[in-house]
Amino acid sequence: MKERELVIVGGGPAGMAAAVAAREHGVEDVLLLERDQHLGGILNQCIHPGFGLHHFKAELTGPEYADRFASLVKEDPNIEVSLRSFVVKLTKDRELSFLRPGSLEEIKARAIILATGCRERTREMIQIPGSRPAGIYPAGLAQKMVNMEGWIPGKEAVIVGSGDIGLIMARRMALEGVLVKAVIEIQKTSRGLVRNVVQCLEDFGIPLYFQHRISAIHGRDRVEKVDVVKVDDEFKDITGSGFEISCDTVLISVGLIPENELLEMAGAEIDRKTNTPVAKDVNLTSIPGVFACGNACKVYDLVDWVTRDSMLAGKMAAEYLKAK
Amino acid sequence: MTYDVIIAGAGITGAAVARELSRYKLKVLLLEKEAEPAFGVSKSNSGIIHAGTQNSPSSVKGWLCVEGNRLMREEIAADLGLNFVQCGQLIVVFDLADLPELEKIKKDGEALGIKGLALVDRAWLEKNEPNLGPEVKAALHVPTAGIISPYRFVYALVENAVKNGVDLKTSSRIVGINRIEKGGFYVEAGGTVYTARFLVNAAGLYADELSALAGAPTFKITPRKGEEYLLDKKREHIASHIIFPLPSKASKGILIIKTSDGNPMIGPTAHDVDDKADLATTDEGLAEVLSGVRRMMPSVSKSDIIAYFAGLRPVAGKDFIIRHEDSAPGLVNAAGIQSPGLTSAPAIAVMVCDLLKKHGLKLEPKAEFHKLRQRPAHLFQLPLEEARKLIEKNSAYGDVVCRCELVSAQEVRDAIKRGASTLDGIKFRTRAQAGRCHGGFCTTRIMKIMQEELGFPVTALTKRGPGSELIKDERK
Repeated sequence: MKERELVIVGGGPAGMAAAVAAREHGVEDVLLLERDQHLGGILNQCIHPGFGLHHFKAELTGPEYADRFASLVKEDPNIEVSLRSFVVKLTKDRELSFLRPGSLEEIKARAIILATGCRERTREMIQIPGSRPAGIYPAGLAQKMVNMEGWIPGKEAVIVGSGDIGLIMARRMALEGVLVKAVIEIQKTSRGLVRNVVQCLEDFGIPLYFQHRISAIHGRDRVEKVDVVKVDDEFKDITGSGFEISCDTVLISVGLIPENELLEMAGAEIDRKTNTPVAKDVNLTSIPGVFACGNACKVYDLVDWVTRDSMLAGKMAAEYLKAK
Repeated sequence: MTYDVIIAGAGITGAAVARELSRYKLKVLLLEKEAEPAFGVSKSNSGIIHAGTQNSPSSVKGWLCVEGNRLMREEIAADLGLNFVQCGQLIVVFDLADLPELEKIKKDGEALGIKGLALVDRAWLEKNEPNLGPEVKAALHVPTAGIISPYRFVYALVENAVKNGVDLKTSSRIVGINRIEKGGFYVEAGGTVYTARFLVNAAGLYADELSALAGAPTFKITPRKGEEYLLDKKREHIASHIIFPLPSKASKGILIIKTSDGNPMIGPTAHDVDDKADLATTDEGLAEVLSGVRRMMPSVSKSDIIAYFAGLRPVAGKDFIIRHEDSAPGLVNAAGIQSPGLTSAPAIAVMVCDLLKKHGLKLEPKAEFHKLRQRPAHLFQLPLEEARKLIEKNSAYGDVVCRCELVSAQEVRDAIKRGASTLDGIKFRTRAQAGRCHGGFCTTRIMKIMQEELGFPVTALTKRGPGSELIKDERK
């Protein structure tokens, strides 16, 4: 089994920042594993501006922000980047197995940083009743379809949840000529940034229904309509408040879940409610020498803060290696 | 086109009949109204290979189930490369006063020839099924029960039948049947008229309508809805057996079902509905399933649920209807095949062949029947060392597409080569998109592979056939 000094899992903004910072603090050998064919992670599909105001003091798009870090990573000969590399096993002794086209690799790392990001909560997790036709997508998947592939999923959309991804996708779909009929939010306020509520909905005349939920999705083959109902402060349906919206697409934007299945496999303690590592400080896990940073550690609203804290994770891993 | 036998419906029953008939020198056509096999009743099946308990010894289905279970264990799983797991089953009681009912199930089961049935006490349960709640007092252990992927069972049968010469036509709903005076039928489906001497009706929910169309309006199918909820793979070891409460009149109750792919499943509900297309899940269904399951296993939580669906059982009275219709000579019905239909299917197929023979079909074995089917490679089922060998042989098995369920690009391509043409077809064959992220990460990648392999534009790709297009427009 090959030995490596530091292995970082995930080549998005968190993993890249951690790699750069670890090198700055004296780590000589970094292996950065990324499952996709590019570095950058979810930033690659975030083609809207608004990134980097804090870290770079400049307003960048997601791909621009990612590129600045990707250049630093690629220029450094002591950071080995392995793309299309998918970790299938992690132990508490920091042994790690990953698949990539053509091989299964096994490595023993002296330290590991998990920068595995988040997945989206799905329609299934909020248990929206009704049928299961085509046309129901997590908002992030729809964003990837539109921005990375140029695929427009529908003609008339309803968006569930007013988090940032939902708000940004409302605007993105409207810009592509999709009629966005409503954003449905069960809470009294939006979880998204105020600037997104204004710029993405108000500027486009898209109605936002607070304290409403979708009570059913209809359609056999493709979505045909949704039932919407107003809820009270205890999230109970208010009788007689229901109405329908016809649409062929429902985007689900109801939050993110940190991806810590590897950490769980290694036997670390995980908070079952938030799916985040249980530890006394940011970036730590219950296993010595195994760190978690970025959205895998906690869900951030700005990538700038992911960068800041992930650089700290790189420094913490470097200090751990020195002390060993 | 002229056939000896046309089979209506490529669900588990039709698929099993097709494979059974493919042993003989016959021209056989398997017609399916949906875009792919297993897209009707079979896709929502729980995947339990029942032992045969909870059936009356005087029922047809009791005997067929016991025989189907034997065929699965002794022949079919190995021949068709199926991942059958004989995990056993427990039927639990919450009150020791119900022990006589368990005794009756045991006695009835033994009358059907089921082996190894044993009553187990609280101490046995604490040792062997420690997550059971304190309310569970005793159980009947049924060791021959097991689990399988229901759709991969159907696909394996269909693939093997096709390899042995059966013609399969999908997206071919039967719209007309006319009797031929000298015997046989004209069957119109998918814009073509076929002729056949015999017609086997395995049309699931629509078997009553099809039988009537062929001249035998002799029964009615009532859809009985079952909602099922899938738990995260992390909860795989929540139970070692399939766990049943004592059965009620309408169903076997709300169960904890191990699945051969790892995710435990809870359900199903059992409520008669009017609409044969009503596959909606409901708030009430979820509440009913959770409360039923928590009584047996209190640690099951709503947040463990990653997916849910509803299926419709085709109910035609208490027993299966498997018979030749004398009012429509040449028509053999295999209808009302609700639970335990998946288990019984191979035995139903043998029974249907016997009926066809009795009514004049000559069953002459082929010189060469290919009974074996090569098992498709699934990374998630392989130990790492075997995965390594596979990847070194074909690098695309190391190119992971679906991260939650560990499915590679090559497995998606294999599925398409074996007949998948829709996103659901790929999901059922490979498990890609079936995990906790629900395709959030892998859907676009799969769709790109589908475009390459099938040669379709993205706007023609569907979830499960025409009408379920995924993308409305493409910016070039």
